[in-house]
Amino acid sequence: MDKIAIIIDGKEVEAKAGQTIMETAIAAGIYIPHLCYQEELAPGGHCRVCTVLVNGRPQSSCTHPAAEGMVIDNDTPELLEERRRIIEMLFVEGNHICPFCEKQGNCELQALAYRFGMIVPTLPYLHRKIEVDATHPDVFIDRNRCVLCGRCIRASRDVDGKNVFGFEGRGPQKSIALNTKGALSDTQLDAADKAASICPTGSIVVKRVGYAIPYGKRKFDKEPIGSEIEKAK
Amino acid sequence: MASKARKIVINPVTRIEGHAKVTIRLDENGKVDKARMHIVEFRGFERFVQGRMYWEAPVIVQRLCGICPVSHLLCASKAMDIVAGVDKLTPTAEKMRRLLHFGQTYQSHALHFFHLSAPDLLLGYDADPAIRNVIGLAVEHTELAVQAVKMRKWGQEIIKATSGKKIHGTGSIPGGFNKNLSIEERDFLLKDVDQMIQWAVDGLNLYKELYMKDIDTLGPLGSFESNDVSIVREDGALDIYDGKLRARDKDGNDIFDMVEPVEYYKYIKEGVRNWSYMKFPFIVSLGQEKGWYRVGPLSRVNNCDFIDSPIAEKERQEFKALGKGRPVHSTMAYHWARLIETVHSAEKIKELLGDPDLQKDDLLLTGERRPEGIAIIEAPRGTLFHHYRVDENDQITMANLIVSTTSNNQPMNESVRIVAEQYLEGEKITEPLLNLVEVAIRAYDPCLSCATHAVGQMPMHVTLIDADGNMLDEKVRD
Repeated sequence: MDKIAIIIDGKEVEAKAGQTIMETAIAAGIYIPHLCYQEELAPGGHCRVCTVLVNGRPQSSCTHPAAEGMVIDNDTPELLEERRRIIEMLFVEGNHICPFCEKQGNCELQALAYRFGMIVPTLPYLHRKIEVDATHPDVFIDRNRCVLCGRCIRASRDVDGKNVFGFEGRGPQKSIALNTKGALSDTQLDAADKAASICPTGSIVVKRVGYAIPYGKRKFDKEPIGSEIEKAK
Repeated sequence: MASKARKIVINPVTRIEGHAKVTIRLDENGKVDKARMHIVEFRGFERFVQGRMYWEAPVIVQRLCGICPVSHLLCASKAMDIVAGVDKLTPTAEKMRRLLHFGQTYQSHALHFFHLSAPDLLLGYDADPAIRNVIGLAVEHTELAVQAVKMRKWGQEIIKATSGKKIHGTGSIPGGFNKNLSIEERDFLLKDVDQMIQWAVDGLNLYKELYMKDIDTLGPLGSFESNDVSIVREDGALDIYDGKLRARDKDGNDIFDMVEPVEYYKYIKEGVRNWSYMKFPFIVSLGQEKGWYRVGPLSRVNNCDFIDSPIAEKERQEFKALGKGRPVHSTMAYHWARLIETVHSAEKIKELLGDPDLQKDDLLLTGERRPEGIAIIEAPRGTLFHHYRVDENDQITMANLIVSTTSNNQPMNESVRIVAEQYLEGEKITEPLLNLVEVAIRAYDPCLSCATHAVGQMPMHVTLIDADGNMLDEKVRD
């Protein structure tokens, strides 16, 4: 069967065979909030921000294929609350100081917090001490701002063909590792690599760009994250 | 109590930017021996920036303060221009920065004079503190209070048009600026510029009248002769954005002149005292005891040879006459000089808004990376030094900031000591004494939040202490 009919938030939409719920929704102009999902990369299913209810059961929409007759809840107060909670946990787990972060206004984590109405985290900060690796001449990695979305891992492996990044550790100790015992400068990473520019936060950043984009012209200055999908249809 | 020596403590001191505590110590004969303003705020920005990327510094360190963050944004940008290998900005970038700085100086000076100091001047130094404040001013002098709000707003609109936000924006980045000024932004600011110049002139005339009417009291109030430090343009003109260091003694003779900012540390060093988190800078050639100096509007107007805007220059000449051929040393003349600078800022803003360079797109330059950057700017409250070292990974390894209120640390102590000498009667802290101590401190427009990279408290706390360290009297005002 080439055409699959599913229902998202009461609206009947058409999916193609093999499409995930996320891909189906985007094609139909429905925004399912997401963070680790990036349309140029294979889905990872890491962050769970895109969790929806499929026939009443929670599933990550970026990895779950659409199937005939599915009834999907996406835009509900309960799911919004769950998503806000996830974002909040990411904020307190890292050291996200938006006021001076050069990714501010272009950061997907910050944009999601705004979209979800997160004013301030209600959970305690972990205040972890994390060092910046700025040894590479053109790129730095600041794990204070890492949300473990794994986009850099997938981009380096699948697009750049380099495998510069990978996960290591579990639970609170999980972090982004390098494919060297040394520092970022010892890897094959290049500033032109996909992995150098795909980070949703200010964790992997090309150097010396800084605050070159003025207020008012940054990605999320005019419209909230997701508007581009909602407006496409 | 065997000894008759005494100490007075005033805590908190009100209507300044920050919090402070004052101690007045009496000798065995009941005369004022020493006065100290203790700064009890802790900040730590010099440590926060260590390990951060050099282009982040301007945006981080501006958060020292909500009153004149632009000074720190610009001073750090200037230091990081050097680190980025850029010695001269494009005309558009430099003019955008100057516009931003004049906008800030205008709003900061207007806030300080009209909202923080005018209640003393217009409602009376002995008025009840409950009404001697901005609300009391708004009730008694509504038009003036509203005008002051509009002046501040206009200055803030300039900051927004240049840095993107009214507070803690970006705009200035190492090597240049991130935007130009659109025609719409220019016209929006231009429509009020003549009014803003006029209101600044009116404020100056108001203060001149108040000062001259009461010169016998205001002239000597908390006053003493001191050295003055500021930057000046190479031709000697007043320049609050860029220039070379000049220090002059109490007679107006050069202690040093035309010192390159990068050499500042050969001429000015910082001392510490065990009773304050603020440092005590001094002129090296004069030593720690005699080398303290004043900064800010009074020192700038004293030090410059001329001002390159017509109304302010005429006013400078009139101001200069007060000193009868020597620098003006009256502490309360700080307000006078500050208002001359307010007029100057508005005049320069008008000049800049008429400059087509502000609409050009040549904004950013790059160069060869350097390991160190030092810059000096004149913040509204005085000379501001930023000094950074950056490693080969672009990370900051060292930061040192000498802020204007730090330089005015010893002068403020002197002013408090002199006011106490002038007005202390017996062993009690009277309400008028409390008020005059505050008035003298406030003349400097001190901003303690950024002066203390070391620890922050100025609603006022004053204690009076005898020679044996016994507390005789204490007044606290929140």
